[in-house]
Amino acid sequence: MLTLLDRRSLLAGSLALGSSGLVLPRIALAQTTGTRKVLFVVLRGAADGLSMLAPVGDPGFAALRGAALADYEGAPRIGSFFALHPALTEVGKAAASGDALFVHAAATSYRERSHFDAQNLLETGGNAPYATKDGWLNRLVSLTAEAHKGEVPRALAIAPAVPLALRGDAPVSSYAPSALPNASDDFMARVASLYQADSELASLWARALETRAMASDDSLNNLRDASANGALVASLMQGARGAQIAMIEVDGWDTHANQRGVFARQARGLDALLAAYRTGMGAEWRDTLVLVATEFGRTAALNGTNGTDHGTAGAALVMGGSVRGGRVEADWPGLGAGQLYQGRDLAPTIALESVLAGAVAEHLRLDPAQTLARLFPGRTGKPLAGIVRS
Amino acid sequence: MSAASIALNRFGYGLARGNRAPRDPEAWLLRQLDSFDPAPPPIAARAQTRGKTGEMIETLRTLRREMREMADPATSPAGGEAAMMAETGAANPRADALAGLPPEYRAKFVEARRVAIDDLAVRVNVAVASETPLVERLVHFWSNHFSVSVGKPGTQFEVGPHEFSAIRPHVLGKFSDLLKAAVLHPAMLLYLDQFQSIGPNAPFQQRRAARANANPETPRGLNENLAREVLELHTLGVGGGYSQADVTELARALTGWTVPGIGRVGRFAVDQPSGAAFVALVHEPGTRTIMGKRYSEGGPEQALAVLDDLATHPATARFVATKFARHFAGDTPPQSLVARLEADFRSTGGDLASLTRTLIASPEAWAAGPVKFRTPFEWYIAAMRLSGLEGLEPQRIARVLGELGQSPWRAPSPAGYDDLAASWAAPDALFRRVELAERMAQGAPTEDVLARAEAAFPDALSDMTRTWLTRAESGRQALALLLVAPEMMRR
Repeated sequence: MLTLLDRRSLLAGSLALGSSGLVLPRIALAQTTGTRKVLFVVLRGAADGLSMLAPVGDPGFAALRGAALADYEGAPRIGSFFALHPALTEVGKAAASGDALFVHAAATSYRERSHFDAQNLLETGGNAPYATKDGWLNRLVSLTAEAHKGEVPRALAIAPAVPLALRGDAPVSSYAPSALPNASDDFMARVASLYQADSELASLWARALETRAMASDDSLNNLRDASANGALVASLMQGARGAQIAMIEVDGWDTHANQRGVFARQARGLDALLAAYRTGMGAEWRDTLVLVATEFGRTAALNGTNGTDHGTAGAALVMGGSVRGGRVEADWPGLGAGQLYQGRDLAPTIALESVLAGAVAEHLRLDPAQTLARLFPGRTGKPLAGIVRS
Repeated sequence: MSAASIALNRFGYGLARGNRAPRDPEAWLLRQLDSFDPAPPPIAARAQTRGKTGEMIETLRTLRREMREMADPATSPAGGEAAMMAETGAANPRADALAGLPPEYRAKFVEARRVAIDDLAVRVNVAVASETPLVERLVHFWSNHFSVSVGKPGTQFEVGPHEFSAIRPHVLGKFSDLLKAAVLHPAMLLYLDQFQSIGPNAPFQQRRAARANANPETPRGLNENLAREVLELHTLGVGGGYSQADVTELARALTGWTVPGIGRVGRFAVDQPSGAAFVALVHEPGTRTIMGKRYSEGGPEQALAVLDDLATHPATARFVATKFARHFAGDTPPQSLVARLEADFRSTGGDLASLTRTLIASPEAWAAGPVKFRTPFEWYIAAMRLSGLEGLEPQRIARVLGELGQSPWRAPSPAGYDDLAASWAAPDALFRRVELAERMAQGAPTEDVLARAEAAFPDALSDMTRTWLTRAESGRQALALLLVAPEMMRR
C-alpha cells in the first residue's frame, strides 16, 4: 500500500500510513531497533564494479582495463589489492575511518543479462524474475515489526513511485523531490531495450539520448542535486519520527560507451549524495546502515566503444557508523582468461542476497538465517556475517 | 510482415482499437474503394466559409496600406503581416503581433486561425475513425502532392476545403479532375500567387493605364509561380520536357483564375464550381501554345483544357507512378512496379481507382518488408487509432503535430513533405514520438495491450516487441512501448 505525502507532514510527526488507517503513536520506538535506520541505494543500469573498486593488484586488470589504470594512481586504496575510483573521495574517507565496507565479486542468483529481469530479482528477492510480486525491503519492514513485536517501521521511497523493492503489504510512503529523475527514465531505458535488435532505431535512439544528456548535462547542477538529495534523504530519516527503512534510486550506470567519463560523472554524483547523507544524519550515523547495490556487473573487457556490456558479478558498498569497514569482503576469483565467468565477466563468488540479508539482520538485530529465508527465499548460501560491529 | 499486417499498416493507418485484422487482406482493401465516403459527417458538417478569404485578403491589403501611410514604423500596425505570416503554430511572435492590431482585425485573424485548426482536427479525427484507411491515405497522399500551406497569408479558410472538397471526392476518380480541382481551388490560387496574376494584354491593363490614381499596391502583371509548379510538381515533373516558354504560356492561360471578393475587379468575378472565380478582365486574351499544342481562346476553359492534356501526358504518368510507388512500396520503389503503374495510368487516361487496384494487385507492394519509415503524421494517426484515444481538443492536435514535425497544410515548400525515410528517421524526431507515446498512454485504455499488439501486427509482431510488452511494468507502459515499437515505426 502506498501513501503519498509531502515532506512537511512526514516530518510533522503523527502520520497515517496506508489505507488501513493505521495511525502511528508518537511514543518512542521499541528500544531494540527503533533508532536504527537502513537506506538502500539502487544503482540502476548495472554499475561497473571493476571501475568502482579496481582490483589493481590483479595483473589481469591492467590487461583488460589498461587505459584506465592511470585513473587509479593516487586513488584511495583499500588494502594493497583494491583501489577506489578517484571520484569516490568521500566514500574513500569513510572507508579510511572504518565506516565503509566493499563487497566484491558479488552477484544475485540471476545469471542472464537483462537489466529489468535482474532489477526485478534484486528488488523482489525472488528466485526468478517476475515470480515474486512484493519487494524484499517491504518484507523486511514486516519482519522487523514481527521480530520485535513493535510498531511497523516507517518505510519511505524517495522516488516518484514506490520502487518494487518497497512494494508489498507493509505500509510505505513515497516522496519525490522535483530534482529526481522523472518516472519516464525507466520508459526511456525500456525503449532502448525494445530497439536493441533494430540497428537503425537503436542508433537513432542512442543519438537522441546523447543529445538529450548533453543538453541537460550540467555537472555542477548534477552534483548540487546529488548533494541536495543526500541531505534530503537524511532529513527524511532523522530523528525518532523519521523513516527507518528507505530507498533511493540512482539511474544512469549502463555505460556501454565511453565508460571512463560517464562512470566518473556517475561516481561523483553518488559520492556527493552519500557524503551529504552521512553529514545530514549527524550523530545518528552511528545507527545507520547504507546498502549500495546494482543489478549485475559488467563485462571485464572493454567493448569496441570504450564501454562495457552487461556482465555478472560486481561490487556492493556497505556504509554506516557501526559497520566493520575499511576493508573489502571478497573471495577474489581473478581476472585471468580462464577465471572469467563464461569467458567474459567477473565470476560471482559471493551471493549479494547473503550480503544484504546478513547486513540488515545484524544491523536490526534479526536472526540472520530467518532473515535470509524471508527476504530471499530459496537461497542455499548463508548470510554473510560480521558486517556490523556487535 | 504478413499480408494482413501489410494491408493494415503499409496500405492503411494501422489497426483501430476494437477492430480485427482483415481475414482476406486484398479483398478488404478493394472493398474500401467502394465504401469510401468523401464527405463523412465531420466534413459535411463543416461551416461554410465562402467569402471569408476575400475579406481576409482585403483586410491584409488595408493593413498594408495603413502601414505605408503611417510613416512612423513604431506605431504602424506591423502586426498584420507578422500575425499572418507567423500564424497557427508559433507561440509568442504571433501573440505579440496580434496584440499590436486593432481589435476588429485581431478578431479576424483569431477566427482564421481557429478555422484552420478546427479543419486540421477534422482531418485527423476522420482518419482516426476511418473504416477506409487506405483511401484516407490516398487523400493525404494527394493532398501532399498538391501541397498548400497556411503559412501563406489569407489561406487559413481554404486549406481545409482544398482537401475536403477539391481532393477527397477525386482520389478514386480521374487524375485530370483531381488536377483541375486542386490547382484551381482558392487555396492553391492564393498559395502560389495566381490570384494576383494579370495578363499583360488583358483589358484591365488598358483601363488601369487610363486611370491616374491607380492603387500601386495592386499587382500589374503576370505571375508564373503556379504555372511553373503545375508543370514541375503536379504533372510532368522535373525533366518532364517543358521549357520556360511553356511555363509562361501556361501562366498566361491561367490568368483570370482568382479568389472571389478581392480588388477592384472583384465585382466582375464569375464564381466557379471550385470556389474560385474567373475574372475575364484580367485574362490574357489569345491562343496559347503549351507542350506543342495550341489552345484557342476560351476564357476559363482555356486553362481547363491545358490541365486536361497535362493530366494525361506520358511524363505525368511516369511522374505520378513513381511517386505513388514510392509512397507505398519503398523509398526506392521497384522499377517493375513503377512501370506497371505507369502503364495503367496511360491506358486508363489517369483513372486513379484503377491505379490503386493495380497497386493492390502488384506483388511488389506486398514485399515482406517493412519498406517504409512512417512519417510523423502517419505515425500519429496510427498511434491514435491503436491507442483508442478520442475527442482530443483541436488545439492539442495541432500542437502535437507541430511537435512531431509534420503539420498538415504547412509543408515548407509547394513540393509538399518529403516521402523519404532520411527526412523523418532522425534522433530528435524519434525522441518526440517516444515522449508523446508516453503521454498518450496516460489517458488511453490500457487493459488489452498485448491482444491489441497481436491484432495490429498479425503474425508480424517480433519476439523482441512481444517480450518487452510482456515485461512492461504496467498496461500503460506496455501501450506506450507498443506505440513506439519498431512495428509502429515502419510499414
